[in-house]
Amino acid sequence: MTIALKVNGKSQQVDADPSTPLLYVLRNDLGLHGPKFGCGLGQCVACTVHVNGRATFSCILPIAAVGDREVTTTEGLLENGKPNKVQQAFIDEEAAQCGYCISGMVMRAQALLKMKPHPTEEEIRNHMRPNLCRCGTHAAILRAVRRAATA
Amino acid sequence: MNITFTPSRRDILKGSGALVVAFSLNPPLEALAQDTSAMPPKSVALDQVDTFLAIDDNGKVVVYSGKVDLGTGVRMGMTQIVADELDVPLANVDVIEGDTALTPDQGPTYGSQSIQSGGVQIRQAAATARKALFEEAAKQLNAKPEDLVVAEGVIGSKAGGKTVSYGELIGGKNFTLKVDPAAPLKNPADFKVVGKPIARRDIPGKVTGGFTYMHDFRVDGMLHGSVIRPPALGAKLENVDENSIKGIPGVVKVVRDGNFLGVITETEWSAVRAARELKATWSKSETLPDEKKLWEHVRSTRIVKDDVTSNIGDTTVAMAAEGKKLKATYDFAIHTHGSIGPSCAISEFKDGKLICWSASQATHNLRKQLAQMFSMSPDDVRCVYVDGAGCYGRNGHEDAAADSALLAKAAGKPVRVQWSRADEHGWDPKGPPTLIDLRANLDGSGAITAWESEFFIPQGAAGNVELVAASLSDLPTEHKLAPGGIVQDSQIGYKIPNIKTTCHRLETTPLRPAWIRTPGRMQNSFANESFLDEIAAAANVDPLELRVKYTDPADKRGLEILERLEKLSKWEKRPSPQKNISGNVVKGRGVSYVKYELVRTYVGVVAEVEVDRTNGNIRVTRFYVTHDCGQVINPNGVKAQIEGNIIQTASRTLKEEITFDRGQVTSLDWASYPILTFPEVPEIVIELIDRPTEKPWGAGEPTAALVPSAISNAVFDATGARLRSVPFKPEKVRDALKSV
Repeated sequence: MTIALKVNGKSQQVDADPSTPLLYVLRNDLGLHGPKFGCGLGQCVACTVHVNGRATFSCILPIAAVGDREVTTTEGLLENGKPNKVQQAFIDEEAAQCGYCISGMVMRAQALLKMKPHPTEEEIRNHMRPNLCRCGTHAAILRAVRRAATA
Repeated sequence: MNITFTPSRRDILKGSGALVVAFSLNPPLEALAQDTSAMPPKSVALDQVDTFLAIDDNGKVVVYSGKVDLGTGVRMGMTQIVADELDVPLANVDVIEGDTALTPDQGPTYGSQSIQSGGVQIRQAAATARKALFEEAAKQLNAKPEDLVVAEGVIGSKAGGKTVSYGELIGGKNFTLKVDPAAPLKNPADFKVVGKPIARRDIPGKVTGGFTYMHDFRVDGMLHGSVIRPPALGAKLENVDENSIKGIPGVVKVVRDGNFLGVITETEWSAVRAARELKATWSKSETLPDEKKLWEHVRSTRIVKDDVTSNIGDTTVAMAAEGKKLKATYDFAIHTHGSIGPSCAISEFKDGKLICWSASQATHNLRKQLAQMFSMSPDDVRCVYVDGAGCYGRNGHEDAAADSALLAKAAGKPVRVQWSRADEHGWDPKGPPTLIDLRANLDGSGAITAWESEFFIPQGAAGNVELVAASLSDLPTEHKLAPGGIVQDSQIGYKIPNIKTTCHRLETTPLRPAWIRTPGRMQNSFANESFLDEIAAAANVDPLELRVKYTDPADKRGLEILERLEKLSKWEKRPSPQKNISGNVVKGRGVSYVKYELVRTYVGVVAEVEVDRTNGNIRVTRFYVTHDCGQVINPNGVKAQIEGNIIQTASRTLKEEITFDRGQVTSLDWASYPILTFPEVPEIVIELIDRPTEKPWGAGEPTAALVPSAISNAVFDATGARLRSVPFKPEKVRDALKSV
């Protein structure tokens, strides 16, 4: 069936099984590869996008449930085609090894800093707790979030 | 003829000939540009300069690397090495990796060998090219090579005057030259980019979503596939009810081949749904040992041979002599690679040839395995590396490749297979369980007179890991165990007069084994460096001082590591455990040291921990690291590897353990196989020792070897309780505390 979505500021129509998780539509129908498939269970957070500004697991959210809410991916954070403050902090700190988890990290950090522009170390760590990284890039990611918070 | 190229990664991945053609003037270009199949094969022979690099008319350099960037940054390392050796701008160097049609077989990307072995080969090819370019320039400029200098790829006389560029000298032509092992390397004092923290090029795209991972890569006309796994290892497929997925849109085909059961669909989501919903019945199978009796099982597994990895003096006599006898048994659980992105691959059969895109760390080996599986000539199989999620060893990539190839053959179209989380946790090959017995004898002065150890580890070495799809469908595949180089670091480098280290090689191991970061070296060093700490405590000496005492006085680099570590960590000299242990939460510190495989990278670490004695929780608060991998190519890359080694291994040490029933792995997600999270990440303080005039050694593994022992030693220092079984779960810590 045809479903209307608002993604990164644009209205989109997709033809898909309504049970399809948002992640698959973003990646396969809309060509947005920032959000990643990691578990399909809402456990690793690599698929994180913002839905009306809230960090959301796109791998378990059926498109039929998105409605007219605004979906934002890491691609949608670009400002005039350039990395935004949080993305730039990740780039400056080289906060990626394989980088597969990084889009999810950026989206979750972005949500935190929007709520709380100057979080404490403990607040950063607790907020980022659900995001899994296997390369052990955590230390660099924490540096990036701190940098974005002070930029 | 003026040929330029702008290497588009997508074009390269799709196998477009444009890039290769740019370097082959003979036969004519125009004919070839259209048809890659008519192209003469690019050299991939390890003794040819053209195998490793090509230079176009504009002086742009393409490096062909058999070693691939698994997220480690080695792509930038290779770029720096070649840019410096050839004296060309960094921006003019690009790297193509892991394509069996284009890149040499430099061995799989493992064992901390990418720079140490792969980079060094490429460097020698670049040095040979540079020498040849100087000789050619000398002819053209009517000068002697020794009177010439090069800057930014342009050669001229030291005295000034006419110049000639690399592009003009070789642009688009082959060198047709053997790699000269004697070609002089650049003097490290003249390095411009080697040793500098040059930023990786892939990171901006990874942060903003533009980078193409294997998981993002698409091929025209591609279908999606998924595989329905047996509920137990060895279970036979009895019946399939295709009607059970009638309602799912876009199902193209159910593929049944022996015990292999797959579904091909038009969309990825339909493939996921079909794999979940397809009803199949399987025979009962119980092939795994009782999880609770894993270590009895390992100890009683038939030994097929003993590898005596060191035998110094006579331990039989020395152990029998009077003295203080120590013995202990260590074990290390089964681990999964736990890649955040489950394995993914695309295969296509076309005109009797197979092309397979995957994130395999060993595309040349995969090519041979797929050729064997489908009874094809390896010449008709091409495997192309596309960056994936970190794999840390041989995870499921090759199996996803075999799955996709089997389905692509059935479909007659390209098929992409994306493994599920349960596929990855359940079906990637595992780091095998390791059991280690150690004994030592100390004389009246507390000196170590004898050291004996026995390691119970599966037979085999680094080879090809059996492909799941081939096994299930009963197609040809290798059935040898390939656990990786797991006997290494069973030896110890300390100066003890009598040492015997024996690896009992076991006939089988419960789950298909493979190497996971620091295979064997981690488990073996855990036992060795923890047991050494037990000896220090028994002798009532400071554990860092003990390591200094038993290090060869001629090994200056080793001693410097320990000396610097003492300063960096503000080490307080005293025996462990600390005196006056009181309060619920107690703090301690532990040291560990290795000269990796006794021949390369030196690392020393100190771990600081807090142990909550009421519940057994361990918090690793800080790690200090001193690290000497010789010549550092990119310090940021090395530091990232060290941090990754520590955090990943802290996770493995504290938390990780595969669970299984008699049929299959049961820890199939992140809830049942938890890993370290942000609040638990230690602070990491690194001191890199850069030795620009020494050989570059690996940094991807060595630090990891020390993490379990450093934590065990720190917990002992804090509490007096010795942890000898990884993972250090709270219940094990509580048990150990009871025995204090």
